[in-house]
Amino acid sequence: MRPVYMISGGITKFKKAHPDKDFRLMVKEAFDNAMADVPHLKADMIDGSVGSYFSDHFTRQLKAASMVQDYLGLCPRPSKRVEGGGATGGLCFQAAWEAIASGRMKVCLAFGFETMSRVSTWKGNEFIAHASDTNFDYPVGGFYTGYYAMMVRRHMHEFGTTVEQMAMVSIKNHKNAFYNPYAQSPMELTIKDVRQSPMVATPLTMLDICQMSDGAAVAILASEEVAKKVCPRPVKVTGVGCGTDSMRMADRPRGNVILLPHEKEEDYKGLRYPGVHSFRGGRMAAKLAYEMAGIKNPIEELDFIELHDAYTSSEIQTCEDLGLCRYGEGGRFVEEGNPFMPGIDYGLKLRKQGKIPVNPSGGLLAFGHPVGATGLMQAVMAFWQLQGTIEKHLGNDRLQIKDAKRGLIHSHAGTGTYITVSILESI
Amino acid sequence: MPKEFKLPETEEGTILFNIDPIIIKDHYEIDYIHSYAQDSPFFAGLSKGKLLGSRCTACNYKYATPRSHCMQCGQKTEWFELPLEGSVHTYTTCYFGSEAFLKETPFTLILVEFPGVDTFLLSRLVGARPEEVRIGMPVKARFLRLSKFRATDVYFVLPEEAPAR
Repeated sequence: MRPVYMISGGITKFKKAHPDKDFRLMVKEAFDNAMADVPHLKADMIDGSVGSYFSDHFTRQLKAASMVQDYLGLCPRPSKRVEGGGATGGLCFQAAWEAIASGRMKVCLAFGFETMSRVSTWKGNEFIAHASDTNFDYPVGGFYTGYYAMMVRRHMHEFGTTVEQMAMVSIKNHKNAFYNPYAQSPMELTIKDVRQSPMVATPLTMLDICQMSDGAAVAILASEEVAKKVCPRPVKVTGVGCGTDSMRMADRPRGNVILLPHEKEEDYKGLRYPGVHSFRGGRMAAKLAYEMAGIKNPIEELDFIELHDAYTSSEIQTCEDLGLCRYGEGGRFVEEGNPFMPGIDYGLKLRKQGKIPVNPSGGLLAFGHPVGATGLMQAVMAFWQLQGTIEKHLGNDRLQIKDAKRGLIHSHAGTGTYITVSILESI
Repeated sequence: MPKEFKLPETEEGTILFNIDPIIIKDHYEIDYIHSYAQDSPFFAGLSKGKLLGSRCTACNYKYATPRSHCMQCGQKTEWFELPLEGSVHTYTTCYFGSEAFLKETPFTLILVEFPGVDTFLLSRLVGARPEEVRIGMPVKARFLRLSKFRATDVYFVLPEEAPAR
């Protein structure tokens, strides 16, 4: 495999609705932003693309990625669309990685978008719920917030995780978004605000859940040869991993934990894993990515994480899957302040604030979640962090992690059915 | 002399939300011809007041939600009758939902755990107040008398409130 570099990225603002721009124009805007950052990269040096959008229901335009390809002027070069629910963006990033690593392309554009504003929020939830078994799950009351509520209820039962710990994730990510002009929902919140917002599916309230969004993002990946020629500060993709689990949450097995190098079997005596409280696919994706990148102890060897916090609860569960803390310790990990940004006042007492910032961008909860764009947005944010160009791109440096050397991005679908983890490093 | 062609005008009009940019209502609906295929016996079972699970003929793994091949070893499964009593593995009460189910809110979803069965069944719990639902609580299956051949033909209640069908 050849080494793979990210050489540029672009995003649009994520918003409830962008009625003035269709998906083609949103991607074009993100693409033009990315191209402007690498003036030595000419459009004819792009060998092909991978397109990412989740739902044909939302788009009601099949082969929408073909329309982006022609709109960007990339015909007749190779392209394809990838789709994998919420992980579509992460899978797209890794498909572009594969194109470069295999030698098939020297420069590959990964582009993603979603236009969720085309239906009401509750119709949108219905579309999303069709990403659950339509014989056995959807007809019973298909609703993703309901599924995640059941998963975290079990997490609370197994490990004593509290709704206040979940609310702290909401406070963190909404506050981080305050310093990110691309973000949809910057807010200053208290635990009381989160708990008193309307109950959606017990125990998850409206502020425990991400919103519907319109938006686009692109990442440009390249071979070493091209990266060194056109980009003053390329970022290397040093690890990729992907994991899966059964579509039906009801089918999750109860066996042994998949261990990371820094964990021991006796850490998890008596824990029936993954059950519905943890994401086995996330652990598998992390394990594979860590092995490729040579990471032995993630919390010590990573500087920040951008992960798929569609729910406050899933951020806690994912911190465990990624091995930032042991299974069961995710709630306390948040409560202690580990995943908060250093130097930002959240109105909370945090003993270990800033140990490893999680979702400095604001995450899905506050940046937004235009599904096909989300995993690529994470790549762009990680890229800017590792380049040290957050101030240039966001207009302020509050979210810049000092001397960031290595970051992790995590994209997640269904109730954990497809999950990708990619590791990016400054060089 | 050339004949003049002209489409007839109609008066359906268009629902217009906005003029700059132009945003219109665009209707779409479809009926599918859906086969339950190899899962059909489960739905036939519901119409007879039975819950059918799958048991692997090779490794004996037992599924509360059926599948005709085993997820563990890939071998064929056979049908077996699940007990009609189980317990709550986890639960939630939904106050919002997908548009199709909004009118049914609030409703309580549970994963039902059956003794000796390796996987769960997603269903609704009816007749319990949201605050009284607990993990481990015993529940009992009830069936619609007039089957709809949907997964909702079965639902669960608290045992003392479940008279014979």
